[in-house]
This record gives sequence, structure tokens and C-alpha cells, in this order.
Amino acid sequence: MGVLELIAGKRLWRGVHVPEFKDQTCHLPIRRLPFPPMLVVPLSQHTGKPAIPIVREGQEVVRGEPIAEADGFVSVPMHAPATGRVERIGLSPSARGELTQAIFIRSYASSSQEVLYGSPQNIDEMTPEQIVLAVQATGVVGLGGAAFPTHVKLRVPEGKKIDTVVVNGCECEPYLTSDHRVMVEDPKAVLHGARVAMKAIGASRAIVGVEDNKMDAVEALRKANGTATDISIEAVPAKYPQGAEKMLIKVLLNREIPSGGLPADIGVGVFNVATLAQIGELLPRRQGLIERVVTVTGPGVNKPGNYLVALGAPVRWVLEQAECTDKATSVVLGGPMMGASIGSFDVPVTKGVTGILVLTNREATQRVFPCIHCASCVTICPMHLNPSQLGMLARKERYEEMASEFHLNDCFECGCCSYVCPSHIPLVQYFRVAKLANRKAKARA
Amino acid sequence: MNTTVIEVSTSPHLHSGQSVDVIMRNVIYALLPVCAYSFWLFGLSALLLIMTTTAACIATEHIICRISNKPTSVGDFSVAITGVLLGLILPPGFPLWMAVVGSFIAVAPGKMLFGGLGFNAFNPALVGRAFLQAAFPVAITSYTPALALHRFAELIPSTLAVPLMKSPSLVDWIARVRVDAFSGATPLMLQKFEHVATDPWSLLWGVRAGSAGESSAILILLGGAYLVARKMMDWRIPVAMLGGAFVFASLFHLARPDLYPGPWFVIFSGGLVLGAVFMATDPVASPVTPLGMWIYGILMGLITVLIRFLGGLAEGVMYAILLGNALSPLIDKMTQPRPYGVAKKVGL
Repeated sequence: MGVLELIAGKRLWRGVHVPEFKDQTCHLPIRRLPFPPMLVVPLSQHTGKPAIPIVREGQEVVRGEPIAEADGFVSVPMHAPATGRVERIGLSPSARGELTQAIFIRSYASSSQEVLYGSPQNIDEMTPEQIVLAVQATGVVGLGGAAFPTHVKLRVPEGKKIDTVVVNGCECEPYLTSDHRVMVEDPKAVLHGARVAMKAIGASRAIVGVEDNKMDAVEALRKANGTATDISIEAVPAKYPQGAEKMLIKVLLNREIPSGGLPADIGVGVFNVATLAQIGELLPRRQGLIERVVTVTGPGVNKPGNYLVALGAPVRWVLEQAECTDKATSVVLGGPMMGASIGSFDVPVTKGVTGILVLTNREATQRVFPCIHCASCVTICPMHLNPSQLGMLARKERYEEMASEFHLNDCFECGCCSYVCPSHIPLVQYFRVAKLANRKAKARA
Repeated sequence: MNTTVIEVSTSPHLHSGQSVDVIMRNVIYALLPVCAYSFWLFGLSALLLIMTTTAACIATEHIICRISNKPTSVGDFSVAITGVLLGLILPPGFPLWMAVVGSFIAVAPGKMLFGGLGFNAFNPALVGRAFLQAAFPVAITSYTPALALHRFAELIPSTLAVPLMKSPSLVDWIARVRVDAFSGATPLMLQKFEHVATDPWSLLWGVRAGSAGESSAILILLGGAYLVARKMMDWRIPVAMLGGAFVFASLFHLARPDLYPGPWFVIFSGGLVLGAVFMATDPVASPVTPLGMWIYGILMGLITVLIRFLGGLAEGVMYAILLGNALSPLIDKMTQPRPYGVAKKVGL
């Protein structure tokens, strides 16, 4: 790799060049949407235990006020996204299809919606542990889509040493430009957040990885960084799925996370740019996460854009603002490669929603051919797996063999194999089914 | 806003647009210049031969699908490739009834018996040719001269041979239509059995005797380049096979230049280019791992050279590829890629 890197530079060797579709929104500045009449704040918007409500029905809440507290360390609190009255605490549809507990808040139309909560704190005087707890109090989770509580990643596990913070500004999913706009419009917050993360985990340097289709973001970050040497900003050739943390670490540092391990195992902490921008904004003011930038785009909306959306705003309401057309056939939360299409417009925008993509091409029932062993999937799999073989085993329901012999559990479902397959075999879906079957079998055992 | 009908599907929601039938159709397009050149070089007989094998292969697959109560699979165009290729690897004057038999063997046991597209262990066209080589050893080595007189007006006499009767002799006909001294041998045969060398660069364009479609290396390579450019074929296998043959032939040639011809001759003579570009790359019967493709290709290059130089036959491409096909499951098993983040496994 060393020699290759000298010749070809830092790049992702596997993966695919997906059409970007970013032109629709990448130049549109972030614009705040008005507040919807009803906000639905699910208690579980993150990986880990759901938050516990600390408000009761009928109670008035002020924008920014905590309304649910964290249940343990791997959990985060929720804050009121708008001033209003708690109408009820009950079930709401979620992106995954199941119903989850949520706090329903009817917003006051007449409120100024000013954030009154919070008091300044001086991060320079805080210890790493104090920063970890302060970040937990903001309720910030991975805003790149994973929604893993950020403070958990900031507490370095016993016996581990983290030397580098990798700031993920790749945004390799087609259509999405929310991270792009955050980097262009608020580079100082990104860098400030990165320095907070460096301080918390004791890393001496940070590398911001940005794909080279966003050179204006690279320029903005470099300009904001000035002559500082603790943070470097690197432009890497755009290719999907470079924004997956495993890929970005490999590209920037040439290190591999051991199978089943975490970035901390190889001395790296990875954070999304939007996440760090929120930490950079919220932490000094001791405020909570109440809104996020969402790219609303796709052929099915007349007014695409990067919107600052109050958390809990129903997708229906956001799409009305963006003038969703009648041609819409499916709505995807996140990007088209890994995002989930939703079955109900009543799903609320949560902390992990990077974009709302409205597609109009009713997917013609593509004819599925047998696998012709063309090897396309094998040569592009970024994890160097053998999707062709895995797919054949899945057809025979040999799920355990897939995991034990062909590393099924290392697949992070980036979708490259399904994307390239000329036989239109739904490989990723096969793998999801196989993983679920294995989990169920394990639970029974 | 339409709030009633939305579709729920699983990611990814994008697709490259590549499709098996489109790929197969484009392989046919890539073969068309080769077919056209064959027609120009050998005349009506070659055209009739290619059309016969194509029609016979398609008919065989269609009928088998009907018999087994399945929707016909001829629409994926893979069987048409088998038909065209089979025509291209037979001598231009090959009796048509034998070509029909070969087509049936190629498709029925060679492909459909295994389960159809995606399941055949060997390249079906080569299975058909291997059968014909065993069944009709004389007809399959009866080559006719290129650019024969009257080739667009009359058929090669053997083309319309009657089944199971003695084929008409070609000697008199060749004497009548040849434009230069033609002994009925391909450049490979000349080299091997009569030690007559042919300039490799004249082989590149390919005015020479041989199978219907193997003559013009340039047109075949152009077809391959088209498929690689459209990402419909993996470049590793042809490069490995031609490169392997080149290297091994060079070694032989350096050791005994008087006995063994040079590497350029080896590459451009016989069916090596056609085999490497259009037959060895049959995805179904070749390895899927990148390393496996290199091993498979180099191995086939080596076997080709060994058969040509040390074996009793003038040409070895067909057996080299069939052997490579047979080995590809094993090669795949031995070359499973090391996944990201997994320590290298030692041994098998």
C-alpha cells in the first residue's frame, strides 16, 4: 500500500462511483423551516437505552428545556424542540416501521421560540470526564446517520490510547449535502468541536477528511483553521462508501479496525462534521440538541434545500414545506444507498436523519437473473468480502456458514454489491435476513 | 402531495443499470465485426455456419425450456453467444449437420443439464467443440484457404455434406479456388508439423486459414476493449492468459529458438486471442476473486503453450480453457480475499 499510495495518493481502492445528484441542493444555503403545530419527540432516537420522560401531559415546556433524561451512560437526554404544551406521551410510527414511545408537543404559534435555556461554561477549564458528561447533557449523537451517543466515544476505554481524531466530512451518499453546507457555512464550529473532542480523548491531532467534490468546504475549513497545525484538512477523491468510518480510517491513516472491533482499538476516534459542529455550538452555551440540518431533495420535491428542521417535525410537514409533488412514489430517510424508505408520512425527523429523499421512479420490477459469477460485487466490495458466494449461500439458507466461513458479520450493508449486480439480486437484503436469522438462532441457543 | 401510496423497499434505492441481458447483447455486438470479417475472409460458408450454430443453439435452449415447463430463457441472449462462438471456432467449411449436433451438445448437456445460465461448469461452446473434435476429427481439422475465389458465390463443398455419409474431398476444390500456395494447414500446423514460420505481424490482421472467427486478432481485441470499457467484462483474465502465454513461450523460445517459435507468433496464431477474450472470460465458468482470475488466466496461458509445444496437437487453447474451467471452483476456494480487519489466514 505504501508504494501505491505514493503513486496514486490517498484514495479508496474498492467501492463504486455512484452518480452524485448533489447539484440540486449543494449550493443552497441552510434555511430554517417554521415550527410545525405538532412535534413528535421519540424517546429513542439513538443507539442505546431510550431516554426517560421528565415531563407530564399538559405541562408547558420552553424551547431547549430538557424533557427526558438519559437512562444510564449509553443514552442521551431529549430537549424540547419548541415552546409549547406536552399533549401526550404515547406511541408514534418510526422509520424502522415499529411504533415507539414519543413525547407529543403542541407548539405555541405565538411564541418567539427563543432558546432561553443554558448557561455558559468554559471548556478550557474542564477535565476530559467533565467534557464527556457535558456532551452527554447536550443530547448530541452521531448526526451522520448512525445516531450513536457521541459522549460514549469521547470516553477512552481503559488501557486504550487514542492519538488521532478523524473528522468525517465525506458525505459520500448521493443526494445529501447537509454536511457540505455545515462545513461551508460554519467551519469554525466544526473545528471548535474537533478540538473539544481532541481534548476529551487526549488526541494530539485531528484530520478532517472531505471528498474532493466539495472543494469549497475544504477551502472554508482551511481558511477557518488558519495556520494551526493540530488539525489538517485533507481532500480525498470522491468514491462511495468512503464516509464509512472503516473506509475513511483506511484511506487517511492506512489502519484497519479489527473485525468486530472499534476505532478506539487502533487509536482513532471518528466523528461526523455536523456532530462536531453541534458540539462546538452547544457546549459553550450548555444547550441541548433541538434541531438539525436536513437535506430535503430528490425528483419528487419542487423546493429542495438544506433545511434547519426542529427535531420531531413530522416528515409530512417537512415535505409540505418543500412542496412534495404527486409523483412521489417512495420517501427515503438518509441517502439512497443506505437509507430506509418509510411506510408512513407521520414518522418524525430524528437526530439521525441526514436527509429526506423523495423518489418518483416507481422501481419497475426488475427481472432477477441467476448469478452469472461476473465478479463485479467481489471486485468492488469495500470490505473485501465475497458477496457472490454469500448470496448463493443465502439462497440455500446456509446462514451459519455465511457467518463462520465468509465473514457475513463484517458486512456493513453499504449496498455496493446490490448496486452493481447485473442480475439484480437483492444481495444486501439477503444479508440482512441472514444476520437476523443468525441472531435469532443465537438467542434461542 | 400524494399521501396515500408510497412504496417501501430496502436499500440501496439506486442501481447501476447494468443488466445481464444487456451485457450479453453487447457481447454479441462485440462479436459482430469478427463475424463480418469471417464472412469476408471465407465467404458464404462461414456465414451459413455461424447462422446455423446460432439458430441451433437458440432452438435447443428454447425447446428444453418448453419441455421442462419453464419460461424460455433465450431472452437473456447468453445462448446466442454460445451459438455465435461455436460457429466462430469451427473450420469455415465445417459440415452444417455436424454443427447442429455440436450446438445441441453445447447447449443440452453443456449448459441446460447443469441448470442453465449461471450454473454451467464449462464454457458451453467449448463443450460442443470438444465433442465435435472427438466425434469428427477429420472434419474439424479440414481447413480451407482464406480469400478463396468465388467465395461469395459458392459454398465450400463440405458445408452441405449429407449426414453420416463420406464428406466430399476438399483437395480438388482447394486447388481450384486458392489464390496462393495453400496446403490445407493453418499457420500453427505449418509451424508445428512442417516447420514453416509465419510472420506474426501478418497474423495480427489475419488473412490466414483457420477457424471461422479466430483470424483477426485486431478485431477480437477491439471487441474485448469495447466490453471492458463498458464494464461488461473483466480485463484481468484476457491480460493474464495472453501475458502468461507470452512469458512461457518466451522462456521456451529463449531456451531453444530453433525448436520453438517466438512469443508473438504464439499469441497471434490459432485461437488464443479469441479464446482469451471471448471464451475464457465466460464469467460463469471462471473464478470470481481478482487473484483467482490472474491465476486462472496465467494457468491457461501456460497450458496452451505446453500443449502446442510439447503435446501432439497443433492447438491447445480449447483444452486449456476447459481445464481452467474445471479448476476455477478450486481456484476460487484457494483465493478467497482477506476481508478488511481480518487477520490473514494461513493455509487453505
